[in-house]
Amino acid sequence: MSRLVIDPVTRVSGHLRIEAEVAGGQVIDAWSSGTMFRGIEALLVGHDPRDAWLLAERICGSCSGAHGLASARAVENALSITIPPNARLLRNMLAGIGWIADLITGFYQRAAFDWADVAGAARADPWAASRLAGSTNPTSGDTADALARVERELGGMPTGLFWSDAWDHPAHQLTPEADLILFAHYLRALDLQRTLARAITTLGGKDPHPQTFLVGGMALTPPWGGPTPMANRGHPDLPERTTPAALSSEGLAAFQALLVQVSAFVGDVLVPDAVAIVRAYPQWVEVGRGTAGLLAYGEFPQDDSPAPSFLLPRGRLMDGSLDQGYHVDEQDVRESVAHAWYEDESAGPRPASQGQTLPRYEGPAAPVASLEGWPRYSYVKAPRYAGLVPMETGAAARMMVGYVAGSSKVHQAVDPILAAAGVELPDLQSSVGRILARAAEASVLAPLLGSWLDELRTNLATGDLAVADITSWHPDTWPAEASGFALGETSRGALGHWVTIRDRRVAGYQVVDGSTWNLSPRDDDGRRGPLESALIGTPVADLDRPLELLRTIHAFDPCGGCAAHAFGIRARRVTP
Amino acid sequence: MSRRTFLKFCSAMAGVLALPAAFGPRIATALQAAPPMRLVWLHGQACGGDTAAFLRSPSPTASELFVRLLSVDYQEMLMASSGANATRAMAASGGNGPDYLAVIEGSVPRGANGMYCLVGGRPFADVVRDVSAGAVATIAVGSCAVDGGAPRARNGVTGAVGVEDLHPASPLVNLPGCPVNVHNLVATIVHYLTFKELPPMGAAHRPLFAYGGLVHNQCERRAHFEFGEFATEWGDAGAQQGWCLYKLGCKGPEVFANCPTQRYAEGTSWAVESGHGCIGCTMPAFWNTMLPAYRRLPSPLPFASTITVDQVGGALVGGVAGLAGVHAVASYGRARLSRQGKTMSVETEPADEAPAPLPDDEEAPSPAGDPPGATEATAATAQVMTDAVPEPILPLEEVPLPEPESEAAPGVAALEALVQPEPERQVEAGDSIDEERADQ
Repeated sequence: MSRLVIDPVTRVSGHLRIEAEVAGGQVIDAWSSGTMFRGIEALLVGHDPRDAWLLAERICGSCSGAHGLASARAVENALSITIPPNARLLRNMLAGIGWIADLITGFYQRAAFDWADVAGAARADPWAASRLAGSTNPTSGDTADALARVERELGGMPTGLFWSDAWDHPAHQLTPEADLILFAHYLRALDLQRTLARAITTLGGKDPHPQTFLVGGMALTPPWGGPTPMANRGHPDLPERTTPAALSSEGLAAFQALLVQVSAFVGDVLVPDAVAIVRAYPQWVEVGRGTAGLLAYGEFPQDDSPAPSFLLPRGRLMDGSLDQGYHVDEQDVRESVAHAWYEDESAGPRPASQGQTLPRYEGPAAPVASLEGWPRYSYVKAPRYAGLVPMETGAAARMMVGYVAGSSKVHQAVDPILAAAGVELPDLQSSVGRILARAAEASVLAPLLGSWLDELRTNLATGDLAVADITSWHPDTWPAEASGFALGETSRGALGHWVTIRDRRVAGYQVVDGSTWNLSPRDDDGRRGPLESALIGTPVADLDRPLELLRTIHAFDPCGGCAAHAFGIRARRVTP
Repeated sequence: MSRRTFLKFCSAMAGVLALPAAFGPRIATALQAAPPMRLVWLHGQACGGDTAAFLRSPSPTASELFVRLLSVDYQEMLMASSGANATRAMAASGGNGPDYLAVIEGSVPRGANGMYCLVGGRPFADVVRDVSAGAVATIAVGSCAVDGGAPRARNGVTGAVGVEDLHPASPLVNLPGCPVNVHNLVATIVHYLTFKELPPMGAAHRPLFAYGGLVHNQCERRAHFEFGEFATEWGDAGAQQGWCLYKLGCKGPEVFANCPTQRYAEGTSWAVESGHGCIGCTMPAFWNTMLPAYRRLPSPLPFASTITVDQVGGALVGGVAGLAGVHAVASYGRARLSRQGKTMSVETEPADEAPAPLPDDEEAPSPAGDPPGATEATAATAQVMTDAVPEPILPLEEVPLPEPESEAAPGVAALEALVQPEPERQVEAGDSIDEERADQ
């Protein structure tokens, strides 16, 4: 039996360390350790609640804007603000395009190198690759170009970003031609980032960390009554705007054009590649199964009621059963810090709404060679449903919950993809299955953005220009004390924000992110977190090059920054 | 990239760097001749937003950067290799290898002996010191790396600081912003590749091409400010006409950055164009000094149209943070803060010449006057957004400016003193709420 350590786990946001015991060529136990703490929750205390979303957004720069949106919703929930329909549509569009960007980046820029061998790509026959690509993807012309880049510019030897000790690893099973296609698509996905950035910036003002949310709606404004020339009161001409306003008809047309490019990439490149990976690595459907509980808070509200229906449904699946879904209650979200680097005088897991975060490192002195024997080993807390059950969140959970809940959009997207890959619904919860689930989700979302855009256009054209409800903007309209929460989703999983407002200030704030669930350490009763469970049984061919573990880790597309959101000390304790 | 696109990029780059167009070909020649520049990019207490911005670099694209112009030898969010083999590769190439640029993203925690951020089992501060010592230059990218950013804001518990506070052994470039505007990062790198030196910088190690001008002066809505045309409520007629967002809390009048001219994502937009005010994310300790985001700055800057970063000079780091902290911005256009030897002293114009504070729109209209049509809305909004009770301008002489610790880094002590959470900040924040309430 031997212990292996992966630190840093690269191609994740934040800082993640994995330790594993290996015996008989496979992992028999694993520990997931978040090694970075920032203390952002504490920073929010004392701020104007209307400012909270700006700080909360900085939890994560990858699922850009998701935390800002969740924070604005939590404050709106506390202050009983109902946003106008246009604000809901705009938020869905902005969150949706950022989400698709993260799904694409999560596969190509973060996961693809686990399955494709760039050194192998350098040995490919470009013509054979081109023929192969033509058989699965209509876009075949870029493989020769990619090979030329590998050969000429990397000198045939992957260097820089593309250097890895994991090339020529026995676990790589793709043909050189398939390796080359995937590398070519890695480069295409990089080029697509520009398109994604322009789409996000159109609606968000910048990217990442969009800056157009408001408590009450959105700051974007439609041009007043169309293109009426401004009353010229003697001042000089304003500088020529090179780009149209987001909500002008030109601005919306520009967004639509970008969306068409993104949708084409999802349909023509991402989905076929994900299917090809599953077909090339069929045994990996049996690896990385993980926990029996799946959790989805639901996202993309379809109406403006306090309890809206969600396009991706809210629900739980328990005990590995697909027969029945269960309701989700935010009161049942509890966090344990028994094995995390935090102090807590209370026994047992706390409800998230009463969480506290007092960091206290209790591990070996630097440099840390091994965390073996240390009961506390991570800055990530351990959320458990009803204080008991570790839950996996993310695209696989959403697709399975949505499928069981009978969502027609999910069925329409998932069924053909499962059939093409030759797997069943429960197989989505596996190392390759999660990749398939993310591709399926991208194909659910892409057309929806177009339908929200159409709805928005109709509203604007019929004179409904409201994008924010500011009747409760004034602090004088607020109750002396209020608390609220928002349950939603990011690309990486279920996201909850809890806020308490007292005397017009944020008095308490807690976040439980999707990656907190997935990367969580053991809880009070010693139950492993979802990633820790999923790693057990992963084969390891070469202890010095644990490529196989990275496959299971990246399948979750974890974010250490979100997970150890680690909001800090509560300056003022919230009295229940 | 075709040659035509490449040359276009080179002349665009000359534009970003505020160089004459004739420098385009020179940049092109330098980039084509140079072998890929090695880059080592570290993450500390970071959200990954600056990497996301880098990944979406429009020109050159990320694929051109990664494959052709740069050899990104270490970048945890993007690199293929993982674990000890990845860090060993970095260490091996760090010693006697070719020159490399160090890029640092995220703040550096000093609390708990540095154990709040461990990379490969080592405190991040140690990693930064080692890597920057061997680099030809160290680029602190994003506000967290520049001055501690969000983790260092009020109530921060990790003892976070910026790269400058670690006294890196190689020349430092600060590229603040939350996130950094990727145009500025790429332009800085291209400048180094072309001229083998860093771009001209101000006192706070900020390249002047990017942080030399006020947002307010470059803003497309500036003419509306001059003519007193303000949006006074979200979504009102002024907002929909694209009028100035100053009364909705825009911090543009006291922020140095090139957002209005560079914008984001190939000129697609920036915050003010999209309809939300500037939050001042390029300024020192901006989470402490620039929030509340929706409170109007105390009064317009009478001389803002002529102020430049040079005139503010060495006071950019300490002065602006401190002044914003005491809400004395009305007079900072006139203030001359200068460092003399080891001490920082503050001189002001004679008191009779200093502009009086403008307590309220009702009592003292702004020099430009309010838009006649917006008077009613202004009155209503003033209650919400302004410091309704006249706030006396704290005499600048009373701004505590401590003695710098050492000759080597005279600005650091001042920065530390001014961005440390001050005990009275909490009280002051509470007071202003009371003022809002008292006014109603």
